[in-house]
Amino acid sequence: MGMAAESQFHVLAVDDSLFDRKLIERLLQKSSCQVTSVDSGSKALEFLGLRQGIESNDPNALSTAPVNHQQVEVNLIITDYCMPGMTGFDLLKKVKESSAFKNIPVVIMSSENVPARISRCLEEGAEEFFLKPVRLADLNKLKPHMMKTKLKNQKLEEIEEPSKDEIGTVTAAAVVPEIKGSTTTEIEILPLQQDLVLVQQGEQTLSTTNKRKSMEKGISTDRPRPRFDGITTAV
Amino acid sequence: MLGLGVDRLQADINRLLASLFHQGVLDEHFLQLQQLQDETSPNFVYDVINIYFDESEKLLRNLRLLLMDREFSDYKKIGLHLNQLVGSSSSIGARRVRNVCVAFRSASELSNRPGCLRGLEVAEHEYHYLKNMMHELFQVLSFILLLHMRIKLGYGRQ
Repeated sequence: MGMAAESQFHVLAVDDSLFDRKLIERLLQKSSCQVTSVDSGSKALEFLGLRQGIESNDPNALSTAPVNHQQVEVNLIITDYCMPGMTGFDLLKKVKESSAFKNIPVVIMSSENVPARISRCLEEGAEEFFLKPVRLADLNKLKPHMMKTKLKNQKLEEIEEPSKDEIGTVTAAAVVPEIKGSTTTEIEILPLQQDLVLVQQGEQTLSTTNKRKSMEKGISTDRPRPRFDGITTAV
Repeated sequence: MLGLGVDRLQADINRLLASLFHQGVLDEHFLQLQQLQDETSPNFVYDVINIYFDESEKLLRNLRLLLMDREFSDYKKIGLHLNQLVGSSSSIGARRVRNVCVAFRSASELSNRPGCLRGLEVAEHEYHYLKNMMHELFQVLSFILLLHMRIKLGYGRQ
């Protein structure tokens, strides 16, 4: 969607599980956020431009990382706690130790309820700690955190290069209410309605081909696949 | 004529879903997945369930390999796999799979090998039951979709 991209929040999601990444991506998109997801803490740091502790405003540092951190504005990092190699906690520490990114709010997710772990993360600077499964309602708590950094970044930009629209952009961001995805279809939480919803989605898929995203890869074929799949891709 | 066919299939789906909820195989998280599907992500539920199956099968296979090893002692690794299974099963709404994995995890925390073996068998059983039910669900859904498509394309009365 190319509309008002600057006023959309950009979230960096980190999780080694494809399943969890898929879920958190959808949850964030449903909350009107732009999402980039990576499968490890080190890839997250790379994305931010922090590989090997070298910040990307050093022109000699990374020949393979074309990303200038000032162009990749990240309003929030949401990471799984339990990951091989760099844990979510390690990532949190690295972010908070970096002068360029310590103001990015970090949220930790975990499927285990370990109070000592939770307080350790919060003490280290995590804004929130979510227990999985994460729900849409949890993500509502994130808006104020992301808003803070967005306004702060905009103020910094104003100071660096005073531009015409400054007042306009600040108020636009400040006006962001709750979930913007008010394209919520009226799905009643009753088993009886389930098939109708799924079927209606199918119909919309068939009739609005230009809006349809392509089917994703990575689904193994070693089991008989229902015809449902063949139908949607045939269009 | 086709309309009647769709009604019957929808009734089948209702019955199947109601039964799965009644048995505790599925819970409300499954319904919440539906809320995340929309026209910008019309295949979300189908995709995410397939990813769940792929990942869970790998995890269960690894668990079996670990426990079948005569020299096995890495209960921590078992715990990590189970955390993933518990987490993803909760998110999908696969309540029974989740619960048996929690019990399995408790056995691993006590380094109880026979307990773990039992836990694995039960987890595999519950997982396959769920998978078969989901396939049945998707099959019926695909028929409904097919019928709807035929109606739209004018093969039957609107």
